[in-house]
Amino acid sequence: MSDHDSHDHDGASRRHVLKCMTWAGAGVLWTIGGGVPRSLGIIGEAQAQSAGGLTFLQISDSHIGFDKPANPNASGTLGEAIAKVKALPQKPAFMIHTGDITHLSKPKEFDDADQIIGSSGLPVHYVPGEHDIIDEEVKLYRERYGKNAKGAGWYSFDQDGVHFVGLVNVVNLKAGGLGNLGEEQLAWLADDLKGKSASTPIVVFAHIPLWVVYEQWGWGTEDGGRALELLKKFGSVTVLNGHIHQVMQKVEGNVTFHTARSTAFPQPAPGTAPSPGPMKVPDDKLRSVLGIANVTFKRGDHRLATIVDSPLA
Amino acid sequence: MCIDATAWRRFVGAALVGAALAAGCLAPVMAGADATAKIDNFTFEPATLTVKTGTTVTWINEDDIPHTVVATNKAFRSKALDTDDKFSFTFTTPGSYEYFCSLHPHMKATVVVQ
Repeated sequence: MSDHDSHDHDGASRRHVLKCMTWAGAGVLWTIGGGVPRSLGIIGEAQAQSAGGLTFLQISDSHIGFDKPANPNASGTLGEAIAKVKALPQKPAFMIHTGDITHLSKPKEFDDADQIIGSSGLPVHYVPGEHDIIDEEVKLYRERYGKNAKGAGWYSFDQDGVHFVGLVNVVNLKAGGLGNLGEEQLAWLADDLKGKSASTPIVVFAHIPLWVVYEQWGWGTEDGGRALELLKKFGSVTVLNGHIHQVMQKVEGNVTFHTARSTAFPQPAPGTAPSPGPMKVPDDKLRSVLGIANVTFKRGDHRLATIVDSPLA
Repeated sequence: MCIDATAWRRFVGAALVGAALAAGCLAPVMAGADATAKIDNFTFEPATLTVKTGTTVTWINEDDIPHTVVATNKAFRSKALDTDDKFSFTFTTPGSYEYFCSLHPHMKATVVVQ
């Protein structure tokens, strides 16, 4: 972290991010204002800062079709999240969905998710979670969301000077291992980033955390370090993930890692339960542990992203 | 003798159960017997299951999350098992079969077929 400490103003920003983002909320509001994402304590503050910048939303782990005690109505809570999105005074540019759209990859689950998420009226960029590829050939997911993507569904796009990369780390997993990107995808990523200047803010999103959050529960990506190596030269890298159904953030050098809440059910903090399975909380607490995230890149700043997690209630 | 189909099935079923019980008394683990493994808390139980050749092993998923049962040597591969779903495989060849959940690959266990 010496690199971190040698840049005082950046360091302060990042500490600010950490302080504000951890355990803040249900959606993540991301502001990329200078290069590294920053989070603000409340959505209003982030919106005030985002004037003239780029704002997008992250939603994750909708698990449409899930009906177990941890949340018998996952469609209902996704609907509540989308209602909050529609009520935002300032319209985000788009949403990214970091996977587990459905619980069991059934056509009706995909249909229901599309209908609810589509009612936001926003473009949505998806990556699959392991629950979206249960049909093994990744056929249903790819037919709907991956037509213009490579391999199992990876792709990149640019918006307002920010380069976005959607990665897939839930296919061809090896016994005993973690999430996996694989050689083909890493080669594509190297090629995709080749021509980009080091000052281009990069947002990478994938389902399973790219860094190892908790190996015992498989919360990490086997070859995530190789992807990060390719991102080293960039001054502002934001890594957005889902999968663990809770907000977690880590800043390492120029890279900010962040995981968003689920809109369906919470999962326990690492090592605090016998397994990472769905966590039942009292009914009146459920909406405080579900949510979305809002990200803003402000112009003319350090191209930092501001991330705000907002709970459903 | 006149016997209806239901009664006949009941008779045959009882005879088979009787035969299985009798055989079971003679040899606790034997060819053709059944064994069960469960999936609970993102864990296969038991971690090592030892059976005789010819045994049919049935896995049942007791988690609220789907899992799969996949042999690393590709000898068997279940579909995703939702809560309470089962998968069975009959082991006809001796050996050690390492298997895992392809959705949560940190979940690993072994069936040893003697």
